[in-house]
Amino acid sequence: MTSNSAVLAAVVGIGQTKYQTKRGDVSIAGLVREAAVNALQDADLTFDDIDAVVIGKAPDMFEGVVMPECYLTDALGCNGKPMFRVHTAGSVGGSTALVAASHVQSGTFKRVLTVTYEKQSESNAMWALSSPQPFSVHLNAGAGGYFAPIIREYMRRSNAPYDAGIKVAVKDRLHGARNPLAHLHLPDITMKEVEESMMLWDPIRFLEACPSSDGACAMVIVSEDVAEDAPKPPAWIRGCAMRSEPTMYAGREEVSPQAGRDCAADVYKQAGVTDPRKDFDCAEVYVPFSWYEPMWLENLGFAPEGEGWKLTMEGATSLDEGGDIPWNCSGGVLSSNPIGASGMIRFAEAARQVRGDAGGHQVDGAKLALGHAYGGGAQFFSMWVVGAEKA
Amino acid sequence: MQKIAIVAYSQSQCVPQAGASNEVELIMPRLQEVYEQAGIRNAQDVDFVCSGSCDYLQGAAFAFVSGVDALGAVPPIKESHVEMDAAWALYESILKIRMGQAESALIYGFGKSSPGELPIVLSQQLDPYYLAPLWVDTVSLAAMQARLMLESGVISESDMAAVVARSRSNALNNPKAQLAAQVSVEELLREEEFVAPLRKHDCCPVSDGASAMIICTAEKAMEWGKPYALISGIDHRIETHNLGMRDLTDSPSTRTAALGAGADSGPIDVAELYAPFSHQEIILSRALGLGDETQINPSGGVLAGNLMMASGLSRIGEVFNRIISGDATRGIAHATSGPCLQHNLVAVIEGAA
Amino acid sequence: MSEQQDMITDIKTPVYLQYNFTAGKSPARFLSQIKQGILTGQRCPSCQNVYCPPRGSCAACGVATEEEVVLSGKATVQSFTIVAIPIPGNPIKPPFVIANLVADGANISFIHLMSDCVNEEVHMGQRVEPVWKPQEEWGYAMDNIKYFKPLDEPDMTIEDIGKLALNAEKV
Repeated sequence: MTSNSAVLAAVVGIGQTKYQTKRGDVSIAGLVREAAVNALQDADLTFDDIDAVVIGKAPDMFEGVVMPECYLTDALGCNGKPMFRVHTAGSVGGSTALVAASHVQSGTFKRVLTVTYEKQSESNAMWALSSPQPFSVHLNAGAGGYFAPIIREYMRRSNAPYDAGIKVAVKDRLHGARNPLAHLHLPDITMKEVEESMMLWDPIRFLEACPSSDGACAMVIVSEDVAEDAPKPPAWIRGCAMRSEPTMYAGREEVSPQAGRDCAADVYKQAGVTDPRKDFDCAEVYVPFSWYEPMWLENLGFAPEGEGWKLTMEGATSLDEGGDIPWNCSGGVLSSNPIGASGMIRFAEAARQVRGDAGGHQVDGAKLALGHAYGGGAQFFSMWVVGAEKA
Repeated sequence: MQKIAIVAYSQSQCVPQAGASNEVELIMPRLQEVYEQAGIRNAQDVDFVCSGSCDYLQGAAFAFVSGVDALGAVPPIKESHVEMDAAWALYESILKIRMGQAESALIYGFGKSSPGELPIVLSQQLDPYYLAPLWVDTVSLAAMQARLMLESGVISESDMAAVVARSRSNALNNPKAQLAAQVSVEELLREEEFVAPLRKHDCCPVSDGASAMIICTAEKAMEWGKPYALISGIDHRIETHNLGMRDLTDSPSTRTAALGAGADSGPIDVAELYAPFSHQEIILSRALGLGDETQINPSGGVLAGNLMMASGLSRIGEVFNRIISGDATRGIAHATSGPCLQHNLVAVIEGAA
Repeated sequence: MSEQQDMITDIKTPVYLQYNFTAGKSPARFLSQIKQGILTGQRCPSCQNVYCPPRGSCAACGVATEEEVVLSGKATVQSFTIVAIPIPGNPIKPPFVIANLVADGANISFIHLMSDCVNEEVHMGQRVEPVWKPQEEWGYAMDNIKYFKPLDEPDMTIEDIGKLALNAEKV
């Protein structure tokens, strides 16, 4: 149907802030600039070298700034250049990276800076999400209230042991303890501690849910010729895919959404991935509630349907247990969650792995990695595959 | 750069209040119309869908998510969204086609501004620490810009009124317009000032509605066998947010974007400019170097009806309409975002010949 | 230059914006009925599925839902969660059950509160019925139904939830 005439693009710079509950020491502009400057330094470039800026974040209401790209252009050195703003709900961090990549892959630009952020401490996200609509009851139950029934249905179908989610919660926090930028540092966390933490939305316990963070993540994406001269190894972008489906429709498969399966199939095809568990060295996957690891293991084809939890329980996804397919070595969303940036952190961390630049959470010799984000009612998906080699 | 074909465009009637209709209900008829024009069944028949909207218009986070309900996105589709005018959704779609991930795309923009007070809502677009707390609304900022122009002698009040008179008169031929009339400059100047030096008619009305477009590769357009026009260039640029650092009587970002889009490589028969205030049309046409050979805003422009978040896409659609009807062979369309024309996009559209 | 100052880490800039929300034509019809104590759904002319509550379109087909279907209000628990987290400003005291319910005759779930039940005994496939507020309190709102409570009927097979309407038509 379509011919892929894309220009090869690569990530040559990655910059993140420290993730924490409240960054009172910087403004919103200061936060995004910190990540952007870090990414430029990593690429050994300056703002002057950048052709265009692509910015993404979750709803404007989270900070109360309408279309904030207008205000942030100065902080991002974008004056006189193209500025682009993406918003695709929780998947926005991922789709912003994809839109930034398309600025290069289309042959339109050589060097693009992309930034995503959330400064949740500057507003009240719970308020932003609960403007009442008359055709639904005002339950104010938060995101957990939406996803808990879906997790329960997964548990029923798969007959997973009750502690599979607990295991993920521990595993991702142990990964996070290796990452100095992670919001939560819980090196001594135990299964017992997670199990005894407060049940928020049965079956989701407090320690099985993500924190709420301030933070920003930035990347510099460039064309092949520029990447070849980069001072550090590039992460070559081998595949990019997005899929969307409606929030609610009759007969919708909510546990393993079709959009996620289709998106994975698309991105694997582009990257020549046939057996994700074998072909990838690691994956950074959007897991805001622990049970979503086994659910996405199945949705993304790392495990047969109903068996995702087995990989989790065997330690296959754990760096500390020497698993064959470590997931979320950075600590994942369960360790840091600046919502609008969370997806891009997955994409950037996948790139760090294949650049061999992931520090204490590096997977030895990682050559191919998956970055994944989802949003809305698990209906918007964005994914990319990055590699140490061009093909 | 690869030229991209526009094969279909539809815009709703600009109305001050769409009444009971919600966003999905505003979008669906526009989609049906572009499907029919392109001769396709639904969004499943294009390779990519992209939309533009703003949560703050209706005051609910994730407002755009309901837009997906209009698409029939089962099985799932390749879809994205910009919190910008849909002209930028068009831009993203063009990148997708240029990189070979799509041959065709559906673009739509929608805005129901009537539930809130748009100029006040947009005051929250300003720097959140220094400006937003002052609640400076968009009309007041534009008024300061107009005053600069008047005081520096760049324009006179009659020039502004002439823009409005032409808009109202052109809009008589635009069945979708909200404000249309035969009115003289003298009559307009007799009206009271609203936010001095602006009179009410110097400001665009607030309208509810949606617009949609289908684009594709030239090969695909020929395969579909429908009349089409070609986007031969598109570019956009932003300027500093600090109004004190800008020359508000000029629009350098528009000029740069026009050059980037290749506007200067041929005559311009028609220009549709997204100028929410009369004096801004003058700033834009000066920045673009438009002369008598160019017909400006034959639709009436947004002074005749402004579908916030869709008006930029509509400007491109209006030029497309003029080219398809044979009234023009080459034109430019402009979209804007931010206070006092901070961010500007220019597209060049030509006949398929 | 002024003396060294403490870092400013907070400024308060409250945002007040007022909106006149409109539900949409299709939800408005639904809300007018629920004000009369009648729960309705709307059928998609294309795939025949019934949406409750309707939002204006069948999201799967992208077409408007026109035909109105009156529903009994009886429903089945598709899934649920017990919410223990206290949310500021929420009048309902935790722990409480919120459930994805599929009304008889509809093909899609909606979220509502369950009460008059033992939380630990709530289960998928459980049959429930609405408990309405007193008639004088009815407004244009889904919470005219205060909550759903268990119904003394055999459970529905999980695979059949949401398929009642289509099956009925086939008969």
